[in-house]
Amino acid sequence: MLIIFYIFAALSILGGLGVLFLKNPIHCALSLVGTFFCLGAIYVMLNAEFVAVIQVLVYAGAIMVLFLFVLMLLSSKDTEQYANKWPIGKILAGLLSLGIFVQIASLFTAGKLQLGPKGAYPLEVIEEVGSIALIGVYFLPIIFCHLKLLQSSCSLPLLAQ
Amino acid sequence: MIPIEHILLLSAALFTIGVLGVMLRRNVIVIFMSIELMLNAVNLSFVTFSRGMDSMTGVIFIFFIIVVAAAEAVVGLSIILSIFRTRKTLNIDEFNILKW
Repeated sequence: MLIIFYIFAALSILGGLGVLFLKNPIHCALSLVGTFFCLGAIYVMLNAEFVAVIQVLVYAGAIMVLFLFVLMLLSSKDTEQYANKWPIGKILAGLLSLGIFVQIASLFTAGKLQLGPKGAYPLEVIEEVGSIALIGVYFLPIIFCHLKLLQSSCSLPLLAQ
Repeated sequence: MIPIEHILLLSAALFTIGVLGVMLRRNVIVIFMSIELMLNAVNLSFVTFSRGMDSMTGVIFIFFIIVVAAAEAVVGLSIILSIFRTRKTLNIDEFNILKW
């Protein structure tokens, strides 16, 4: 279990580095798809199967297809790699993101959390989430999500006409 | 049992890679992909915390994050599409319409 987690973690980091360093944007998109699949596998290991399915369907399926479609639609000659005109900026960006990483990592490792002994969510909890939380407590946010999706899909023909 | 710190460190590393991608790459669509990577890192830490606290609230929040990510991808890519029509490039340094 642990070894499989480390393999998927290394693969997802590798995919992220591919987004960072590959020249061709289409290769970047494909390595990002790999990262999403590895994250989906890690979600399965964390007993969040529904999130894993949503991850593969929505992220690796819908959103990345949208990205690839737009990339292939807009393929111009100069999309290869734009030179960063300010070389000090690279060093500054590296230092800044190192600082961000150290901050987040020190916050995350400071806690005393453990993965709970219960592990898998029993059926009652999932029923409660589906019937009470999603329809009862989070009713208004769900409606706002619908409105947001409706608004974004309606603004699409206006923006891209 | 996977140590929870390692999952959170993975999430932090993915977030940092996303930040580096936003700052280093000049292609707009690759910058968008880095933003998606950051959203995924946050999703991973949400799942991990909800697992560590034995609560499903974090998993519910992920639905909202995914909705926002999908809407953002649609609107952002269509904005990029309409800017590309006039500028004929994907270089973000050329998109200085809003810069004074």
